[in-house]
Amino acid sequence: MQKLLLLGDEAIAQAAIDAGLTGIFAYPGTPSTEITEYVQKSKEAKEKNIHSSWSTNEKTAMEAALGVSYVGKRAMVCMKHVGLNVAADAFVNSAITGANGGLIVVVADDPSMHSSQNEQDSRFYGKFAMVPILEPTNQQEAYDMVHYGFDLSEQMSIPVLLRITTRLAHSRSAVERKAVRKQNELKLPSDLKQFILLPSIARKRYKGLLENQARFLEASESSGFNQYFDGSDKSLGIITTGIAWNYLMENYQDGEVPYPVLKITQYPAPRDMIKKLVDECEEILVLEEGYPLVEELLKGLFSIGLKVKGRLDGTIPRDGELNPNIVARALGLPDTYGQDVPEVVAPRPPAMCPGCGHIDVYNALNVVMADYSGGRVFSDIGCYTLGALPPFNAINTCVDMGASITMAKGAADAGFVPAVAMIGDSTFTHSGITGLLDAVNENSPITVIISDNSTTGMTGGQDSAGTGKIEAICLALGVKPEHLKVIKPLRKYHDENVQIMKEEIAYQGVSVIIPRRECVRTLDRRMRAKHLKKEKK
Amino acid sequence: MKKDIILAGVGGQGILTIAATLGLCAVEEGLYIKQSEVHGMSQRGGDVQSHVRLSDKPINSDLIPTGKADMIISVEPMESLRYLPMLNPEKGWLITNSKPFVNISDYPDINNIVAQIEQVKNHIILDAEQIAKDVGSPRAANIVILGAASPFLDLDYGLIEIALKKLFGKKGDDVVNLNLAALKAGYDFAMKNR
Repeated sequence: MQKLLLLGDEAIAQAAIDAGLTGIFAYPGTPSTEITEYVQKSKEAKEKNIHSSWSTNEKTAMEAALGVSYVGKRAMVCMKHVGLNVAADAFVNSAITGANGGLIVVVADDPSMHSSQNEQDSRFYGKFAMVPILEPTNQQEAYDMVHYGFDLSEQMSIPVLLRITTRLAHSRSAVERKAVRKQNELKLPSDLKQFILLPSIARKRYKGLLENQARFLEASESSGFNQYFDGSDKSLGIITTGIAWNYLMENYQDGEVPYPVLKITQYPAPRDMIKKLVDECEEILVLEEGYPLVEELLKGLFSIGLKVKGRLDGTIPRDGELNPNIVARALGLPDTYGQDVPEVVAPRPPAMCPGCGHIDVYNALNVVMADYSGGRVFSDIGCYTLGALPPFNAINTCVDMGASITMAKGAADAGFVPAVAMIGDSTFTHSGITGLLDAVNENSPITVIISDNSTTGMTGGQDSAGTGKIEAICLALGVKPEHLKVIKPLRKYHDENVQIMKEEIAYQGVSVIIPRRECVRTLDRRMRAKHLKKEKK
Repeated sequence: MKKDIILAGVGGQGILTIAATLGLCAVEEGLYIKQSEVHGMSQRGGDVQSHVRLSDKPINSDLIPTGKADMIISVEPMESLRYLPMLNPEKGWLITNSKPFVNISDYPDINNIVAQIEQVKNHIILDAEQIAKDVGSPRAANIVILGAASPFLDLDYGLIEIALKKLFGKKGDDVVNLNLAALKAGYDFAMKNR
């Protein structure tokens, strides 16, 4: 079979295409973005007419995927960990409706917060929703588990959560493809009431979900993805979950670990296998990339009769991702060191690109806000969040998608006027529209700046759902036309822009300012493509 | 054969092109490879690194353990020093561009940076921009750096040439030849100054 050099993300995408995918749905979010992008760029996917356009947010993506599953076809929905918070309503309820066509929910967690505002562990969501969870160790397993996951989803009529983390998502390795499978035919669920979660039906469905837990557990014990490796030294037993396995094996280059090891990659956690390890070994070391899920399970409240080492007792740091050195230290193996970073090295934090329109927005906004006491700019998730750093120091909050508008409204409701929201176009359509409607309904004295670069910038310039529609959306929500201002964020208009911001921020009601200029990155890319086309002609 | 390499630079400087070339070399040679990348926020002008691991045996970790990297290949001098904790202090090689990429206000005195680089036991420092210009490939400074690293990679030089031809083949013979010239210029510099 053909071998490809793929990112973990791309392996998942290729596997989905090969496993008979009908549609992939997602909103961009690091480290999950490349899954959907791979399908968008795939010639095979195009020939097979696989849906791959971006969704407005993770919730709409999850629901659309559920709709594909409802009609009997295979769907995948992808998001970063915090995206699952947005999609949680649909996700948790999809466990009650169950799946018809195979449905895989891929969630890419970001421990150590390389590009995120928290490091929540999505396995807890899977456990909460009571669905099977797959957590591959490497790129090949990621590929294989997508095939398995679709089958499992259809056999058990349940959505399956596929959880990966940054280091697998964004690491490349060789992957061997499997035979290609056709897409499913349209086929409605045999019980047409299955998806109607009226209390009377939902109660039955929920009982069914509870009964199915035993089947999910049986699959975990027997699928072959969870593996038990015997070891001669029973003073310690080791459990790894997901990519922690790689870091363990990095410390045993000959491949021989002296202790028994249980490699967990499928949940519910395999009870019999864990019992065997616990019975055989004096103490247990749990290596998990993420929160201490298995560790807490083993420890219980009082850790009676069992010595468990891991993140909870300080053997492993409580936060952050694992690496080979952390695991070496946990095992009492010699650590390895290089030289220290010389003092001369200065930090180089990320920054907005030279020429970026957000820069001109902040340059103007900072002039206006200098007239007021500080702490008034509520911001959001995007490239413009970098306005928190010097030289701008322009914003005071960044919490979750859309929170700029609603937090500014809350502050204004509490009497803190003026309050300003700074949000991007893509984040606005993702989760800002409903908040703006709240503000309009009360005519809250806030000014919303929708800095429109006509793309989803931070994740690399994906299509933005509201391009060309932002004014229409605001007006339809009830923003008054005389307080909806579109400006061009360029240095030559600086004074004019300052004046407009000044007036609108002083206005005692909802005002919206839309500074609009294309992202310099997407512009550059567009110009290069145009140039290349010309050359070819 | 086993080479653990840290690629270093600033977002947008083209370290992923070096990574892609090494990836193609691995495929061509039938080696195992793992290559981790940085996406997302740091790409916006921040420091970025990639771990590239090549081996004739299966590779476990996507990350290289500290103190175990055989090489740091950096397209920016200050960034080359940021990953010294990763480099094997005895056997490791540091290959870096000498031309600073200044996008922060407190960028240190370049002389202090160069002095630190010269304290690394095995190092090659070169003005890759200038060398690239001299051979008529001003946009291929990253390939000059790869060339300077090539004598220490345990990969056949011809293999790297094949990889570059594959990588740039779509852009036409001129682009391929400019990159091959850049590779050679870097290689020659390293052989003279190692």
